[in-house]
Amino acid sequence: MVVASKNPVHSVLYLILTFFTVAGHYLLLNAQFLALVHIVVYAGAIMVLFLFVIMLLNLNVDKEPVNTNLVKFAGAIAGGSLMLVLIAVLAKTNIMMPAHPANTQIGLIKNLGKVLYTEYNLPFEIASILFLVAMIGAVILAKKNPHTT
Amino acid sequence: MSNIFSVVPIQHYIILSAILFSIGVLGVLTRRNAIIIFMSVEIMLNSVNLLLAAFSTYHNDAAGQIFVFFIMAVAAAEVAVGLAIIVMIYRNINTIDINELNKLKG
Repeated sequence: MVVASKNPVHSVLYLILTFFTVAGHYLLLNAQFLALVHIVVYAGAIMVLFLFVIMLLNLNVDKEPVNTNLVKFAGAIAGGSLMLVLIAVLAKTNIMMPAHPANTQIGLIKNLGKVLYTEYNLPFEIASILFLVAMIGAVILAKKNPHTT
Repeated sequence: MSNIFSVVPIQHYIILSAILFSIGVLGVLTRRNAIIIFMSVEIMLNSVNLLLAAFSTYHNDAAGQIFVFFIMAVAAAEVAVGLAIIVMIYRNINTIDINELNKLKG
């Protein structure tokens, strides 16, 4: 429905629905912290950004560019074949290792933080630098450029 | 909470992720609105995140969830920069139809 709806705002709303279902799956998988972060980051931050840009650009249904039917058909064929291949390959793989006994503590903040700040400390710091670069880049890009127009 | 994999086998999560990923690919291939293409990319990232979390729980290993965390961080940065680029493009050529973006120099 994200892909099919003509109105971009409806696409965003369906995407929020999809994100909430994925967050529910995280809860089922005993990844409580991940579910929380997922809702906060995606439904809270990213979707607000999308809605803001769509409203800023004032996109309507009549301005929506539409592909020719040939391209749509080719895209549907390609996507469907990709799904078929992925499912056929992955469903047949035999996962050798048996499931461990359930450890419900693994998704809690305490354990995740312990792993994050000991084993993955360097990638964590690099991610902060990435955020800094992205922030500066976004501000510079969105700034009014005096040379153009 | 008991182990989810005694109820739902891991194969179902693999299939769900494959379907989500294919929907994302379909969106990228068939739409021309740049914002909707971005949303489709988000769907693809989410499918991969879901699979990582599923296998992390399956193997009782927290590293998978850490990777999901990093992917979320990168996705957030990517969306911020990408939407800034889209706003810039819209200011310059007054459309976000990707078929109009066939020139490197406007």
